[in-house]
Amino acid sequence: MIELEHVSRRFGDQLAVDDVSFSVERGTITVIVGTSGSGKSTTLRMINRLIEPSAGTIRIDGKDTASVSGEVLRRGIGYVIQGNGLFPHWTVARNIATVPTLLGWDSSRIAKRVDELLTLFSMKPEEFAQKFPHQLSGGEQQRVGVARALAAEPGLLLMDEPFGALDPIIRAKAQEDLLAVQQRLGITVVLVTHDMEEAIHLGHRIAVMDGGRLLQYAPPAEILARPAHGFVEKLVNGVDRPFRLLSLAPVSSIVEPGTAEGPPIAATATLRDALSELLWHQRDALPVASADGTLVGRVSLAALRAHAGAAA
Amino acid sequence: MSRIIGPLARLATLALLLALILKPDWFVPVLKPFTENGAPVIYNQGSLLSLTLYHLGLVAIASLIGTALALVMGVFVTRKVGAEFLPLSRSLVNIGQTFPPVAVLALAVPVVGFGLKPTLIALVLYGLLPIFENTITGLKEVPANVVEAARGMGLNPTQQLFRVELPLALPVILAGIRLSVVINMGTATIGSTVAAKGLGEVIIAGLLTSNTSFILQGGIIVALLAVLIYDALSILERRVARRTGRLAEVAG
Amino acid sequence: MTEASETAAQPLTARLDRVGIVVAVIAIVGMDWQSFATLKPNRLISGQGLSLAQSLPTLWAAIGIALLSIATIVAVLRTGALLRLAVGIGSLLLLAVLIGIVPATVVPPDNSYARVSPAAGFWLMAFAFAVLTTDAIAKLQLGPLARLPMLAGAAIAVALILGSGHWDGLSILKEYATNAQKFWREGAKHIELALGSLAAAVVIGLPLGIACHRNATLRGITLPVLNVIQTVPSMAMYGLMIVPLGLLAAWSPLAASLGIRGIGTAPALIALFLYSLLPVVANTVAGLGEVRRSVVEAAEGMGMTKFQRLFQVELPLALPVILTGIRIVLVQNIGLVTIAALIGGGGFGTFVFQGIGQAATDLVLLGAVPTIALAFTAAILLDAAIELSERRRL
Repeated sequence: MIELEHVSRRFGDQLAVDDVSFSVERGTITVIVGTSGSGKSTTLRMINRLIEPSAGTIRIDGKDTASVSGEVLRRGIGYVIQGNGLFPHWTVARNIATVPTLLGWDSSRIAKRVDELLTLFSMKPEEFAQKFPHQLSGGEQQRVGVARALAAEPGLLLMDEPFGALDPIIRAKAQEDLLAVQQRLGITVVLVTHDMEEAIHLGHRIAVMDGGRLLQYAPPAEILARPAHGFVEKLVNGVDRPFRLLSLAPVSSIVEPGTAEGPPIAATATLRDALSELLWHQRDALPVASADGTLVGRVSLAALRAHAGAAA
Repeated sequence: MSRIIGPLARLATLALLLALILKPDWFVPVLKPFTENGAPVIYNQGSLLSLTLYHLGLVAIASLIGTALALVMGVFVTRKVGAEFLPLSRSLVNIGQTFPPVAVLALAVPVVGFGLKPTLIALVLYGLLPIFENTITGLKEVPANVVEAARGMGLNPTQQLFRVELPLALPVILAGIRLSVVINMGTATIGSTVAAKGLGEVIIAGLLTSNTSFILQGGIIVALLAVLIYDALSILERRVARRTGRLAEVAG
Repeated sequence: MTEASETAAQPLTARLDRVGIVVAVIAIVGMDWQSFATLKPNRLISGQGLSLAQSLPTLWAAIGIALLSIATIVAVLRTGALLRLAVGIGSLLLLAVLIGIVPATVVPPDNSYARVSPAAGFWLMAFAFAVLTTDAIAKLQLGPLARLPMLAGAAIAVALILGSGHWDGLSILKEYATNAQKFWREGAKHIELALGSLAAAVVIGLPLGIACHRNATLRGITLPVLNVIQTVPSMAMYGLMIVPLGLLAAWSPLAASLGIRGIGTAPALIALFLYSLLPVVANTVAGLGEVRRSVVEAAEGMGMTKFQRLFQVELPLALPVILTGIRIVLVQNIGLVTIAALIGGGGFGTFVFQGIGQAATDLVLLGAVPTIALAFTAAILLDAAIELSERRRL
């Protein structure tokens, strides 16, 4: 659990972060979203003390981060930045081993950990361990960057625009990878982005910042349904709000008894997928199938409309 | 603050230089302690002014010839006709620059004898290397899309060269000329060891007669001259660079 | 169109190599219109030029002219780069062998005053085939590392020829024979001055460069000052060094007893050191500045200390640029040491200036040739080091 209490940061006479308080639950993904200059990156960097807060306290699992040295603190927290920041003169293996080496792990433990992480990110250790960063594709570099951040088994991972430099297709894949790895390891993630779509897709909770202030801190559905007046509203309004809401819930949440004609939809698909299928096949309802293929009911346009409309 | 200090320092340096050349007698009290046994304090084997002018003239002529040759060669190897010579000329420039200037000077003596000629040859040969190198670099660095645009608008190859490529490469070429002139100032000084007229004579005379005062006069005049010329060329270069920067924006 | 018909359709000019034509013109002028060697009755009198045929026994002259003509033809035609490289190197070796035969041919064995030296024709041909070799190397795109064995080969070839005594009749080696002891002493001094000033510049310049990288104010002062120093012509700089050191020696007996005097090694070393600072500091600043922001931030974000960051990340990444600065310094210093001879600093320049003073060309060459060879070797070695350090960079 991370707690920020009345945290501020001043650069000269500029207040970059202004009295921000929020807490992050263990094992969740929190996304800080905002435009450039909103103070989102500064807030993130104060958590691992790359930037020292001017005022306020930050606690990780109840312990004030100011009570240990910045270097020791950072070695216990994973950190991923835009453009990955891999060390170009070191191999993939040595890059991943950076923090374990700093922590003085013995070499066999480090080697084992490197293999483990490469495998976790579906990169064959024998193929990739001895490569240099410039021999990797953009997507591979990004994965090595995350693997490096996770090397010393941190409970907390901080990510500053981690997918900003990737093209859309690799970006989507990297987002899925992150969700899978986070679920598997149960780590806490705080991620900074300027992309609301990314925030809604990844975050269990979203913190919207502007001008150094925290405007709203809530789960994505609530941000979409009841955006705080002003900036957040503008941020959310501009985009396809109903579609985004639909994409947050699975078909199983509005399945109704009965049958329908047409190709079945998986119960785990999102409501947005269901709407798309309904429109494509020109039907008012389609059957819903569970994972083993048995039909469990149907999903109707009316129910979808009710779901998306209820929010507005 | 540096905006005031810069011009002031320049002015003071220039004033000191002119005083040293035109009114050397003013410095007798300062230089007196550096002479022994009643040796002359102020260089007396020729006028400092004429030596300075001669020195500058030599450097100017050599730099002009070197610049002309280097520009022609640089343009030639970057055209289609001369493309075959490009890798060779790059290597030769690299190798040529490892030759010490004094060696070039010394090797010219057996070929053409003592005096002005070997110095001029060494100055031209050694001085054209940085200009040649920078001309190639400058022309190769002109963005391909700008040349393409010029071609697309119907400029013929000559117009492309003179209206687009050379103007854009000018700051880099000027940097080469600045480097060349500074090197030539130094080599021309050494030229006095092979009997070329110039300010090196004053230093050599001082070394031969153990007259530190001569060494100081020659050394300070040459040093100030070189620094001022370097500075003036740097200012010119910055002006041109700023202008082509603006040109590049318009073109882009 | 098939390749064969394309070749057949090519006009003659398309089958000729343009660089080769230039090489051939120089080589032919050297072979046919210039004397191959000069014969002087003694060391100082100007001599008489001998053509290739006049300076060699008939058989050797015939072999020489035939082989060099073939080499010229190979150069003119469009041929493979490897063949051109072999022909270029072969021709240079042939010239080296031929010139060694001249003294025994033209000087009676009992005449120890006569001097034989290579003349314009020899130098032109050597230049032509050196250009051919250089062009082949450039076309083969041999990197700096690949040039190392070639450097070693050239060094071995020269050592073998010198060791065999084949060149002993040439005037430059006669000059060497009378100056042998001094030659090695001045050579050692030359290297000592060049490397010593470089070492001092690295020890002071590297930390200064790191400090300048981190502190913009310091950088704003240091770099312009070093730039001005670099601009001062070397002879003026050496001259100006005499004054403070002379005063120091006059005032402090300790300094004098340490060998610090107005003229000699100390002012030369200090002048060279001052010249060396700019490339070392400027390239350290540039190298560190080129390290990507994200890489530095990642290092910091993972909990590296300032020292760990500097030594494990920033300096290794800046190394190629720093080495480039060191290359500039070393090549520049090897040349500048020559001039230090004017203020009694020693080195190969001693021979150059002595030779100029006595109008003895061979003595000038005895100083100039090893200086050029040293500078050339240093450049190739450091280019290879730079390439090695660059291999792992993005």
